[in-house]
Amino acid sequence: MSDRHPDHYVAPVDETQPGAVDQVKLSARKSNMWLDAWRDLRKRPLFYVALVLALLVTVVALFPSWFTPLDPNAPGACLLADSNGAPVDGHPLGFTRQGCDVYSRIIYGASTSLTVGLLVVAITGAIGIPMGAIAGFYGGWVDSFLSRVGDIFFSIPYFLAAVVVMSVMSEYRNPLVISFAIGGFAWASLARIVRAEVLRNKNLEYVMASEAIGRSRGSTLLKHVLPNSMGPVIVTLTLSLGAAITAEATLSLLGIGLNGYMSWGNEIAQAQQTLRTNPSALFWPSLALTLTVLAFTFLGELIRDALDPKARARR
Amino acid sequence: MTETIPVTDSHGTVPVADPNQPLVSVRDLEVTFRTQNGPVNAVRGVSFDIFPGETVAIVGESGSGKSTTATALMKLLPGNGGISGGEVLVEGTNIVDHDEKKMAAIRGGVIGYVPQDPMSNLNPVWSVGFQVREAIRANGVASGKKEIEARAIEVLQQAGLQDAERRLSQFPHQFSGGMRQRVLIGIGLGADPKLLIADEPTSALDVTVQKVILDHIESLTKDNGTAVLLITHDLGLAAERASKVIVMNQGRIVEAGPSKDLLTNPQHPYTQRLIAAAPSLASRRLESTSAREEGADAATFDMAQMAERRAESVDADAAPVVSVKNLTKDFSIRKKGFRSEPFRAVDTISFDIPKGTTLALVGESGSGKSTAAKMILGLEEPTSGEITVNGTAMTGVSRKDLFKLRSRMQPVFQDPYSSLDPQRSIASSIAEPMRVHGISDKSVRRERVLELLDQVSLPAELFNRYPNELSGGQRQRVAIARALALKPDVVVLDEAVSALDVLVQAQILQLLADLQAELGLTYLFITHDLAVVRVIADNVAVMERGKIVESGSTDEIFESAKQPYTQRLLDAIPGAGLDWGV
Repeated sequence: MSDRHPDHYVAPVDETQPGAVDQVKLSARKSNMWLDAWRDLRKRPLFYVALVLALLVTVVALFPSWFTPLDPNAPGACLLADSNGAPVDGHPLGFTRQGCDVYSRIIYGASTSLTVGLLVVAITGAIGIPMGAIAGFYGGWVDSFLSRVGDIFFSIPYFLAAVVVMSVMSEYRNPLVISFAIGGFAWASLARIVRAEVLRNKNLEYVMASEAIGRSRGSTLLKHVLPNSMGPVIVTLTLSLGAAITAEATLSLLGIGLNGYMSWGNEIAQAQQTLRTNPSALFWPSLALTLTVLAFTFLGELIRDALDPKARARR
Repeated sequence: MTETIPVTDSHGTVPVADPNQPLVSVRDLEVTFRTQNGPVNAVRGVSFDIFPGETVAIVGESGSGKSTTATALMKLLPGNGGISGGEVLVEGTNIVDHDEKKMAAIRGGVIGYVPQDPMSNLNPVWSVGFQVREAIRANGVASGKKEIEARAIEVLQQAGLQDAERRLSQFPHQFSGGMRQRVLIGIGLGADPKLLIADEPTSALDVTVQKVILDHIESLTKDNGTAVLLITHDLGLAAERASKVIVMNQGRIVEAGPSKDLLTNPQHPYTQRLIAAAPSLASRRLESTSAREEGADAATFDMAQMAERRAESVDADAAPVVSVKNLTKDFSIRKKGFRSEPFRAVDTISFDIPKGTTLALVGESGSGKSTAAKMILGLEEPTSGEITVNGTAMTGVSRKDLFKLRSRMQPVFQDPYSSLDPQRSIASSIAEPMRVHGISDKSVRRERVLELLDQVSLPAELFNRYPNELSGGQRQRVAIARALALKPDVVVLDEAVSALDVLVQAQILQLLADLQAELGLTYLFITHDLAVVRVIADNVAVMERGKIVESGSTDEIFESAKQPYTQRLLDAIPGAGLDWGV
């Protein structure tokens, strides 16, 4: 066998018969980026936990009256006689210092927290996506200009900016204003992500092919480049939903958040004063806040893992 | 086979151990990768010997297990892979159970390695000298600062780098691709290994550079009596450089033997197919075509036959569909500060393409061929010059007219993995040109898509599928179907088959030829690969640094090229220098 000049070896053909060249082998089911990601998500228990929590919060926010017969906004909903009261029948989580029902206030506060969260996401996306996409796709001075604007906003901590804005706008402390105060300064990091994704995609050959067909630049951006850049955007936006809810709560805790709205942040701020005597009034809204933020954070991270084939392979 | 092969195994100046004992002996090697879908056997029962001083080539398509076999010899398999059976004897010792420490002594010292991609295999943050010295120190060939420095200079000089002393302090980005590959060869040979594994050492380089590098590896290893294991996808190259050729397919050896014997007398149907499909060998085999015809099955695409058929069908008198006159493109290159300098990428080129024929625009990277193609496709504005398509000028027309003209010309690009939008179904991709050009009737588009899928020999079931389920060749078919959707006159093929495996490449070339005959298409074929030109093109224009240096019919260029540059390109075709002795 060990011969310097071996014979001409031919493998037995029946074992190594070459198949047809480049035959189309289709799997039984369709496959593309989103379908694959969905199939991966479906197999992860944590996804269901996060999804159920997120859906529950959404339903509670939309239809609070389904979950409690009490209306905390009704006149006479809070009785000072119940101040710091322990849970009793019909009031499962006890009372606040003002004698209000903790449970029903959490239920009604969900809608404010979620509204702020969604508004911030909408504002961040509405500014960040076009800024990043246009900068990345058109390049040149457009990119230089938009990127510098982004850099300016990036260098301002969005929370600090929101504190300043909310202090100045003390007369208009409603969800819309607070959302603009947070989202108006938080979009720069999203714009960077979008720009990087667009830069990556815009030199691929399908973009060139689309222009050779006769599509305009703008239409190519909308139809080909942006859809292929959405993966990281969705992840970032889902994660920022949680961050926005936290930001609103923090602003309210500092006393410069919403005025006259029932929100988890406001509940926590008020319950602070009775931390020693009635800690449960602080505990329950904090738990609601934590679970909600956790649900959206998990969702964002799970989607990120599912969209990344390498992360899928590691598991 | 008693005839001895007059090849590279002549012994050099360095005394070699017993020349009749194999240096490396691989027995029933099995390599298994753990993947999501269970274990995959990448290498199955592979056995071969490498004797001191000889050159052995492993040839195969992507996924054949050729690179995996090579990395298994050094136990450098990726984390999810491992040797699952058989043995690898290096100088008589089985290394399968060696730990990392023992392997470190073998790597570099006994087995040197030249990786595939010179662009990514040098660390950009360290100087070249640092990386050469690092390798020398690790292999313990020299000690002491001065000695190492001297050896580093010697290594680079040997690798053919002029001015090695100054070069040591430079960084990889200051080196061209060919020079980087020389550095890597220098590092690979730095410790005088007994075997050099070269994994596709030149596939990322221009053809003329490729030849120089391979010549260099050959002369260096010959001088030192180093054995070479050459991994390549190119049969012509393997036959030209190695004394023994091993053909692998799907992790197994299908055929192995002395290279000349294997090429002139292939026994296994897979090898026969590979040889028939290799464009670089086509020109050499014109005589022996008929002999092989009887053994050829339907799946075999014979490049030599294609070349012959093409030669018969040329109609020289047809009117030009595309006419380019004095086309020029200047780019401005930013220099320090705010200054910029003009750079002429395309320099007053002119050519005509008669209807139904193929013009190949050939050149190495940076020759301006792709820029010329982009201007013809209207993706890049020419600085000056005229482009006329079917009698209509393309330059200086309104956007509306340009939009209409675009439907007459469609591109197929190089990279099958990025030429289709991954988020669109196959049907949607093929139908896109029709939607953009106002064919609004859904059923009309559907009919046309099905017709096109049939034309490019893809099953209609692909209609609602997505590109990620398709192989490179199949994606390229979809890209061709998309290009044909508007029934264009001209298809611009920008390196359209360069990224494909030989067999698939042959299939696509066949498809392109069939479509041309059927639909009377005119092709502008942009390529760096002269071998492919021979089988597909009627006329050739050779570009060098923005200029067309030579043009003529394919036969003229191949048989009597006048320019030295063209001659160099022709000589660089792997297998061109083979003495077939037929």
